[in-house]
Amino acid sequence: MITTDILIIGAGPTGLFTVFEAGLLKLKCHLIDALPQPGGQCSEIYPKKPIYDIPAYPEILAGDLTERLLEQCKQFEPGFTLGERAETIEKQEDGSFIVTTNKGTKHQAPVVAIAGGLGSFEPRKPLIHNIKDFEDKGVEYIIKDPEIYRNKKVVIAGGGDSALDWSIFLSDVAKQVTLIHRRNEFRGHLDSVDKVQELKNAGKIKLITPAEVMGIVGDYELKAVVVKESDDIHIEKEYELECDHFIPLFGLSPKLGPIANWGLEIEKNAIKVDNSLDYQTNIPGIFAIGDVNTYPGKLKLILCGFHEATLMCQSAYQIINPGKRYVMKYTTVSGVDGFDGTRKEAPKAVVKKIE
Amino acid sequence: MEQDINITITDRQGTIHKILAPTDMAMNLMEVVRSYELAEEGTIGVCGGMAMCASCQCYVTSTTELPEMQDDEEAMLSEAFHVKENSRLGCQIQMTPEMEGLEVELAPES
Repeated sequence: MITTDILIIGAGPTGLFTVFEAGLLKLKCHLIDALPQPGGQCSEIYPKKPIYDIPAYPEILAGDLTERLLEQCKQFEPGFTLGERAETIEKQEDGSFIVTTNKGTKHQAPVVAIAGGLGSFEPRKPLIHNIKDFEDKGVEYIIKDPEIYRNKKVVIAGGGDSALDWSIFLSDVAKQVTLIHRRNEFRGHLDSVDKVQELKNAGKIKLITPAEVMGIVGDYELKAVVVKESDDIHIEKEYELECDHFIPLFGLSPKLGPIANWGLEIEKNAIKVDNSLDYQTNIPGIFAIGDVNTYPGKLKLILCGFHEATLMCQSAYQIINPGKRYVMKYTTVSGVDGFDGTRKEAPKAVVKKIE
Repeated sequence: MEQDINITITDRQGTIHKILAPTDMAMNLMEVVRSYELAEEGTIGVCGGMAMCASCQCYVTSTTELPEMQDDEEAMLSEAFHVKENSRLGCQIQMTPEMEGLEVELAPES
């Protein structure tokens, strides 16, 4: 069991800055993120894009901002559980919370700060009415173990890099790979497109375009998919294509994910908080900061996330240290004492006596 | 305002809105839709306008000459649902004087 003062869900800019603000109050933090590295969207989606509205930075790349935030909070020795998604939360008798990830890692803290940004990115599911019935019974949105496709008939749908790359990879594993795409053109790396063309010519990949998977056939397990194919003069034909696996690869879309089932008040796909004080949710001890929250006048900006994190930490301190007196201090005056033994402070003026 | 342009947006319920869109605020079509609250908050512009989510997909029904589609938009539309020949992402259409008379329908939420 990992224990900490503030458990932060989401290691994006807001989550990382929370570590620093909590550290000033001598509170330790641990962060959980489904992504394999800290930085959230800034490092995963647009690390090379410039941001222009971070105070004191006329321009900074999103990836560089992450690096600087990590540098700033390093002295407070945050813990990280990366590549795991916060799945469940349980309130304990002592008022603390236990948060368990999809991989079973347990974390306990008296305060939970949800800084989940847009949420977790989940596979975009095709609009097939009975697709849910076949999930993990032949329909997979993510390929975890390619071995399960050995000597099987696999249908992949999609037109991006994932669809191309997995078609190439599985052509050596599966008995038959069929790639279905709505358009004749694929949007992927040229190398991948060329390779698929080569494998198609060699008879190792069957390509069906322009076409869409419209339905799924089976009892308890997938037996076939229903394909609607258009020819050059737009005459459509619909037929069943026998297969053991159907893998729709239509990219990812941001969703709140399991957090939506934690009993928190949700409004407009975001977590409603009390913005008059400290961004606490309807569950005392659970806060939501940054893009994941909503309140009247909310702006989804990194700099607003920083502000929300700062205020939240003040209330977190009171929860963790009830009755303990404390006043906010300026780092310029008091310096910064890291948990790693480092101390940062302004150089002291030298007083020299005149003889 | 003389820098405003007239555009027509049909919302997801089929209601037609004739609105004025400013051209001096660096706004895109998705932001105009949000500013007029023509789609429920949280169902449009989810990614903030980075061509990452297709929540602002719309069908262009006028003959307005639009800016050319960039790779990000094309890639997103190749994976999105409810896509038609005239699909565009609202976040990639900037409000400029050339957009005067633009008519679009919002694609269904997905």
